[in-house]
Amino acid sequence: MPKLTVNGKPIEVPAGTNLIDAARVAGFEVPHYCYHPGLSIAGQCRLCMVDIEKTPRPTIGCNTVATDGMVVNTETDRVRETRKSIMEFHLINHPLDCPVCDQAGECWLQIYYMKYGLYDPRMTDEKVHKPKAVPLGPHVILDAERCILCSRCVRFCDEITHTGELGIFQRGDHSEIGLFPGRELDNKYSANVVDICPVGALTDRDFRFQVRVWYLDTTKSICPGCARGCNIEVHVNRRRPHHAEGRRVARLKPRLNADVNRWWICDAGRYGFGFVDAADRLQMPVRQQGGTSADTTWDEAIAAMAAPLRRLPADEIGIIASPKMSNEDLFALRRIVDRLGIRHVAAQVPPRAPGDQDDFLIRADKNPNSLGAELMGLGGDARTVIEAAGARRLKFLWIFGHDLLAGALPERDVLEALRVVDTVVFTGSNANWTSAHSHWVLPAAAWVEREGTYTNFEGRVQRFRQAAEPLGQSLAEWQIVGRVLAALGEPSAATRAEHWFRELATTVPAFAGLTYQLIGDAGRPLAEAAARR
Amino acid sequence: MAETVLMRNFSNPDSHTLDAYRAAGGYTAWDRALEMEPAAITEEVKKANLRGLGGAGFPTGAKWSFIPKNHTGPVYLVVNADEGEPGTFKDRYLLERDPHALIEGMLIAARAIRSDKGFIYIRGEYVQPWRRFSAAVKEAYDAGLLGRGFDVVVHRGAGAYICGEETGLLSSLEGKKGWPKIKPPFPAIKGAFGQPTIVNNVETLCCVPPIVTRGAEWFAGLGTKTQGGTRMYSVSGRVKKPAVYEAPVSITLRQLIELAGGVTGTGRLKAVVPGGGSAAILTANEIDVTMDVDGLKAAGSMIGSAGVMVMDESVSIPEALMVLARFYAHESCGQCTPCRESTGWIYKMVHRIVDGHGRKDDLDTILDVAKRGAGTTICAFYDGAVGPYISYIEKFRSEFEALIPHA
Repeated sequence: MPKLTVNGKPIEVPAGTNLIDAARVAGFEVPHYCYHPGLSIAGQCRLCMVDIEKTPRPTIGCNTVATDGMVVNTETDRVRETRKSIMEFHLINHPLDCPVCDQAGECWLQIYYMKYGLYDPRMTDEKVHKPKAVPLGPHVILDAERCILCSRCVRFCDEITHTGELGIFQRGDHSEIGLFPGRELDNKYSANVVDICPVGALTDRDFRFQVRVWYLDTTKSICPGCARGCNIEVHVNRRRPHHAEGRRVARLKPRLNADVNRWWICDAGRYGFGFVDAADRLQMPVRQQGGTSADTTWDEAIAAMAAPLRRLPADEIGIIASPKMSNEDLFALRRIVDRLGIRHVAAQVPPRAPGDQDDFLIRADKNPNSLGAELMGLGGDARTVIEAAGARRLKFLWIFGHDLLAGALPERDVLEALRVVDTVVFTGSNANWTSAHSHWVLPAAAWVEREGTYTNFEGRVQRFRQAAEPLGQSLAEWQIVGRVLAALGEPSAATRAEHWFRELATTVPAFAGLTYQLIGDAGRPLAEAAARR
Repeated sequence: MAETVLMRNFSNPDSHTLDAYRAAGGYTAWDRALEMEPAAITEEVKKANLRGLGGAGFPTGAKWSFIPKNHTGPVYLVVNADEGEPGTFKDRYLLERDPHALIEGMLIAARAIRSDKGFIYIRGEYVQPWRRFSAAVKEAYDAGLLGRGFDVVVHRGAGAYICGEETGLLSSLEGKKGWPKIKPPFPAIKGAFGQPTIVNNVETLCCVPPIVTRGAEWFAGLGTKTQGGTRMYSVSGRVKKPAVYEAPVSITLRQLIELAGGVTGTGRLKAVVPGGGSAAILTANEIDVTMDVDGLKAAGSMIGSAGVMVMDESVSIPEALMVLARFYAHESCGQCTPCRESTGWIYKMVHRIVDGHGRKDDLDTILDVAKRGAGTTICAFYDGAVGPYISYIEKFRSEFEALIPHA
């Protein structure tokens, strides 16, 4: 491991580390545009100049590997002057349309100008004009005048998705990003180019013009879109509720996790949050009977559920949990199953068609917590429960989230089951056909409205945190289950998901030793998974 | 007149044919090289003080010796025939009139660097040179000179100046946009298609057969202490006999202008560009300079590709700079920010000055922008543009100021 000094501070970095990353280790920022740790080195923006002792002039940090004994300075006068010049070059043809640009507030031209530029503009000639508001694909729109030609987006499509839709066309100051003829930027990861675009050239067609970024609050979370569990940030607009037609979740952004998703997420996950603020959200406990529907209270609903659960033999009770529930939800539910000795338990409703999968991030299993459900002993196929119900062997059926008709369960069996079971309870965040055909509908908070953990397909336990308030009277599933448990005579002291997790960690061997603190922001492999490695 | 080495066969109208080349003693250097160890060939070229004649003037033998010794994959020899430097037209003559000299030089160089495949990148506009060279390659294959351990691929460029920059050329050769590559790695380590590659100029390689036949000492003795041989000067502009002249590199610029018949037009010399468009301009008082790499470096300019452009007193320096500035703005590949953005900006300013709409600060802004951008880019293109920007304005400032209202 080479030892070097940066601005007088001695550091040791892994072999092959470049000077931008080495300086970061030492606690110093080297401004840069084209360098991205997930992409090849381009060396084009020329901003990351550093001074290396015994070299005649500043050198780019991105393409210089730290070597033993190197003396690097990131703040010499000539480095500062060079940076200032490069900033001027970056900006002479830039339209400076920050007031109408979505990137404003998170734009690296703005940030670096204020930190390293602050020169008096000298460019008085007509700027170069280029195409504006060009849709590149379903999610991404280009303003070529704002582009600084760092080529990150081109390299992303070449090196990460291997789809090669984008290129740089023309020459000199007429150079512009564009699509190859006949192509569209429609790969499954296309919107990552918006994240890595350091300026306002590539913006998100879904997000743009919705809300200013400085009104957004950021929360660490996990994408619930598939079994990968990509680490994300949830950006919520609380401060300008009148913007974006009242939608609270403004966008999802990938969050770096070297062991899971690196810097990326797929488009399906990125745009999969619409249900959170959708019109079909369930907000009140509801009682439905004979075609009528009436709002009710949690107390009444819980009491109405507890009575049959207490009365009925365990064989007449069925539960279809969901692999979209958190480990804490499932563990709490497991308590009810164990207490009553319920055997008709499942979590998986098989999809009609297998989900798409690739060799990068996307998993065929579109649930974030199938492995968690399995480890909790709730992982079975719902078909057996539905068959038991259809055969009139069940009097009580509790369904979490699923629309039973949306999957591959035989339609006749599902219809029959919901027709003949005396008490059908639905718990979920959004209305669907199943909720419409249940006797009791209990509103669940969406994943961004609560906290918890998921266990991804590799056995990695990851935390998601609360980004917004639960809508209406909705509650996290562990809270709902906890209330039912209390009504059954087993009150829980858990007031937070973490309390359930503590019990889980002492009860389910695979989770032994895990705590929220250990899981942290980056997640932790299960003990079993760790032992297998 | 001194001995001609590179243009020795030009007087024969059939000089481009294999028969004529052989009759003049061609391919005997190759026979001799076949009896030499590869390292001995490189050593000979080093001792000859041969320096690259494409522009950078890098010692050729030293370049060859950078090929990693333990490399087991292919090594490529690439000939840079993308002669695009403004004012330069020497390689064209070699390709048209002595293509076999280049093939023989390639064979010897390939042996020295242990390459079994060579590429020649000929600029797109060079149709006749391409025809002549391709015909010569066919003759050489038919005669068994090529195809026995060394193959040659002829590739035509599409007219971009930047593809004459050696790594831009390699990108283009690989089928990519002709963008120069960031260094390190240098081509000798990782060049064409990721393999060790030597890129040499046409004229440079044409010097190799005479070095092998007549010895390093003879070649070194033709030139100066730090550069051997003769070279071909493309002399154009306001001279009586614009043409390519071969002369020892120790010739002075004054002698060279005299060789070309002296200054025409008004007959009074104003300025000379000594080494192609990217060389800093010299005033009439600065022409007692030797036309080798180090002589011009000492004079604050460069020999570059030895394209000598002579301007008499009737030439407008601001207009000359405008033409060049337009060239650089048009030809900047657009990869690095300083070059991409400032070549266009500077052209707009110079254009404005020539149009009579210059502003008081323009000249200082151009000088400042040029100086700030110098040395910050991937390749030498921008530094090549900075040479004229700064020298034209600094040496002929009053001419620019005369065009600026209220200056």
